[in-house]
Amino acid sequence: MRAARLSVVTAVATVAALTAVTGCTQKSKAEGDGAIKVTAADSTCDTSAKSIPAGQVTLSIHNTGSQATEVEILFPDDRIVSEKENIGPGTKYTLTAEVKAGDYEIACRPGMKGHGVRQKLTVTGSGAAAQRDPRLDKAVASYREYAQEQADATIPKVEVFAKAIKAGDLKAAQNAYAPSRVGWERTEPIAESFGDIDPKTDTRADGLEKGQKWTGWHALEKALWQDKKIGADQKALADQLVTDLKDWQERIGKAEITPTSMANGAKELLDEVATGKVTGEEDRYSHTDLSDFKANVEGAQQAYELLKPVAQKNDKALTAELDKRFAALDTTLDKYRSTKTSDGFVSYDTVTEAQRKELSDAVNALAEPLSKLAAAVVK
Amino acid sequence: MTDTQEATAADADDRKAAPSRRSLIGWGGAGLALGAAAAGGAVAMTRVGNDVDPAAAETGAAVAFHGANQAGIATPVQDRLHFAAFDVQTDDRAEFVRMLKDWTEAARRMTAGKAVGEGAYGGLAEAPPDDTGEALGLKPSRLTLTIGFGPSLFEKFGDAFGIKDKRPEALVDLPQFAGDNLDKTRTGGDLCIQACADDPQVAVHAIRNLARIGMGTVNIRWSQLGFGKTSSTTPDAQTPRNLMGFKDGTRNIAGTETDRLKKFVWVGEKDGPDWMTGGSYLVARRIRMHIETWDRTSLQEQEDVFGRDKGEGAPVGKAKEHDEPFLKAMKPTAHVRLAHPDSNGGITILRRGYSFTDGTDGLGRLDAGLFFLAYQRDVRKGFIPLQRRLSAQDALNEYIQHVGSAVFAVPPGVRGKDDWWGSTLFSKEA
Repeated sequence: MRAARLSVVTAVATVAALTAVTGCTQKSKAEGDGAIKVTAADSTCDTSAKSIPAGQVTLSIHNTGSQATEVEILFPDDRIVSEKENIGPGTKYTLTAEVKAGDYEIACRPGMKGHGVRQKLTVTGSGAAAQRDPRLDKAVASYREYAQEQADATIPKVEVFAKAIKAGDLKAAQNAYAPSRVGWERTEPIAESFGDIDPKTDTRADGLEKGQKWTGWHALEKALWQDKKIGADQKALADQLVTDLKDWQERIGKAEITPTSMANGAKELLDEVATGKVTGEEDRYSHTDLSDFKANVEGAQQAYELLKPVAQKNDKALTAELDKRFAALDTTLDKYRSTKTSDGFVSYDTVTEAQRKELSDAVNALAEPLSKLAAAVVK
Repeated sequence: MTDTQEATAADADDRKAAPSRRSLIGWGGAGLALGAAAAGGAVAMTRVGNDVDPAAAETGAAVAFHGANQAGIATPVQDRLHFAAFDVQTDDRAEFVRMLKDWTEAARRMTAGKAVGEGAYGGLAEAPPDDTGEALGLKPSRLTLTIGFGPSLFEKFGDAFGIKDKRPEALVDLPQFAGDNLDKTRTGGDLCIQACADDPQVAVHAIRNLARIGMGTVNIRWSQLGFGKTSSTTPDAQTPRNLMGFKDGTRNIAGTETDRLKKFVWVGEKDGPDWMTGGSYLVARRIRMHIETWDRTSLQEQEDVFGRDKGEGAPVGKAKEHDEPFLKAMKPTAHVRLAHPDSNGGITILRRGYSFTDGTDGLGRLDAGLFFLAYQRDVRKGFIPLQRRLSAQDALNEYIQHVGSAVFAVPPGVRGKDDWWGSTLFSKEA
C-alpha cells in the first residue's frame, strides 16, 4: 500500500486512508458488511450495488486496469464526497464515507484525469438534501470540470515559468509569466473561495498584511521586470508557487460551488477586471494586464454559458443582453491583440487613457447586467 | 386640473404601493405647498409658479416632474448640483428608447423622493438591489432632473436613430472663443442630465442611479459637482456670491417672469423644429478661476474688473445691488458692462451656474471656479454673441479660463405618466 500523503486540505481523504489501513487488514469483514465492490478497469467502472441505505458507505476498490486510477463518490454537482487518488494497477483500496439520502455517482478516472466512467448510486432514507433543478446540477458539474481542466493545464505552464527562473533565464521567465496565469485567472473565484491559496500566490505588493511574506506571481513579477534579477529568493519563490498551485489543483474537486456562486463568480471576475486590470494595477511591472483581462472574461463567459439554458428560460431579455455585451467586449479586446508578445496582447502601458475608458465602459456594460444573472438562475 | 395637481395625485397613489424615502411629514408639507401654489392661481401649465412658495424649500419638498417645460430651468435654483454628460454606446434605436423610458420612470420616482425600481432592500437576496440606497430617509430636497441632447447625438446616431434631419438649427457647435483651453475629457457629450437638489447626496444619488440604469447603453463621459449656486431665479432672494466673492448676474430671469421666460428661454412654436417647442438650449462651461492670483489683487482692481462694489454688489456709483447700472460709469472692460443686455442688443440668458472646487491641482492651486449653466431660446442669439464679446474684452479673462464646454438641446417637459423624456423626438409618431 502506498503511504497516504498527509495534508490539511485532504482531511477527508486522510480519514479514508486511515480507514484503509483497517480495510486492508480486515478485507473479508469489510466486504461482508455490505461494501460496494468497485472494479475499476481501463474503460469500465463496475459497481456491485446501485442503491444503499443512508449512513456509512464502504467502497471496496480493485484496480484491474493497466494504469493508476482514482475513485470518487460525487454529489450531483460533482463535488467530491470522498475520493482516493493514485490507486496503482492491480492494487486494492477501501474507501469509506458518510452519506445522506440522495443521488450520487461513483466515478473511476483511469489515468487520474478527465470525466471518468460513472455509475449511479442512490442512497435511500430520510434526511435527503433538497432537490435542485438537475439542469443546474449539470451546470455546476460542468463548471467544476472546466475549473479542473484549467488547473490541470496550468501546472505544466507554471512549471515552465519556475524552470526558467531556476535557470536564471530572465527573458524566458518573462515570457512564461502571463501564460502561467491564464487558467488561474479564468477560475479565480474558486481559488479565492479556499481562502488560503490566493494570498500565497496572487497578492500584490499593496495587498500585503503586516508581517506577511510576499510570495507568488507578483513578487516574481517585480523581480523579473523592475529589479531585473533572479536570486536564490526568487528560485525558492518559484518552487513554492508550483507547490501552492498543486494544492489548488487538488482542491477544486471539493470546492463548494452552487449555481448562485457560479453566477456571482462570473460577476466577480468582471469586478476584478474593473478594479484591477483596467487600471493597470494587477500587472504593474510586466504590463500584461490584458492577458489577465481576457482570461477573466473567458472564465466569466464559461460560467454564464453553462447557466444560460436556465437563465434564458427565466429572463430572456437578460440573456439576450448578456450575449450582446460579451460579444462587444470581445470585439473591443481584440483590438489590442499582438503577435509580438508572448501573451498575445499589447503591453498595457501603451494603452492610452481614452482607450482604457473604452475598455472600462465595455466592462461596465457587461458587469451591470451580469450582476442580475444569479437572480435569473434561482428565480 | 393643473399638471401640478395631477402629479401630486399620482404620487400619492404610487406611494401606497412602493417604498418611499420621504417621511410622511415631509410629504404632507410638499403636498400643501404645491396645492397652495396651484390654488393661488400661479401659471400652472408652465409649472413656473409652482415653486415660488419659499416654504417648499424649507420642507425639502418635491418639485413636480411633469409639466410643459422640464423642471430645473425656471425652478428656483437649488443649493447643489451634479451634472453628467453621457456618450451613447449603442446604435440600436429600440435599446436607446427603452433606456429613455427607464430613465424617465426612475426620474419620476426619485424627484418624488422615492427609491428606484423595487427599492434598496427587501428584494431577492441573490440580486443587487435596484436602488443604491444612499438617499433612503432623505427628503425629496427639491430634486429636479433635466435631460438634454448634444449635437454629437445627431451627428453620430442620426441614421441609426432616424433623427438625422431633426437636429435643430439652433443647436450649433460652439465656436472656439478667444482664450478657450478646453479639456477634451470635460467637453461635449451626446446627452446630459442636470441634477439639482438642496441636498448633495440626493443629487449624486440621482446621477449614480441613472448612470447605472443606462450602463452599456450610455456611459458617463464626464461629470461635475457644484456646491454653491451662483445665480438665483427667485427675484427677492439675495444674489449668491461666486468664488471671487462677488455677486454676479443680479438681473437674472426669475421663475415668475413668464413673459421674459417666453421671450428668452422657451423655444416657441414657430422657432422649430416642432419637437423642441417648450424646450430650451443649454450651454455648460467649466470656468476655472485663478483663485490665488485673484486673491492677491487689490480691492480696487477687483471692483473695477466686475464693475460692482464688493460689499453690497451695487453697480459703480450706485447704492444697492438691484439699482439700474449706469454702464458708462464703468471701465470699458468691466464684466457687468460687457455682459449687460444693454451692451448686447438686449441679449438675455437664464443663468443657473454653480461654484465648484475639485480639490487642488498638482501645483497645489485650488481647482475651483464656476460651472456656468445658461438656458436660452437660441444659442446663436444668446451665449455665442455674448461670449464672443466677453472673451475678447472682459477684464475678468485675466483671472479665468474656460476649460470645459458643452451645448445641449433640452426637450420640452414630460407631460404625464405615460410620457417620457425625448418622446417628441423619438416616439414613432414623432
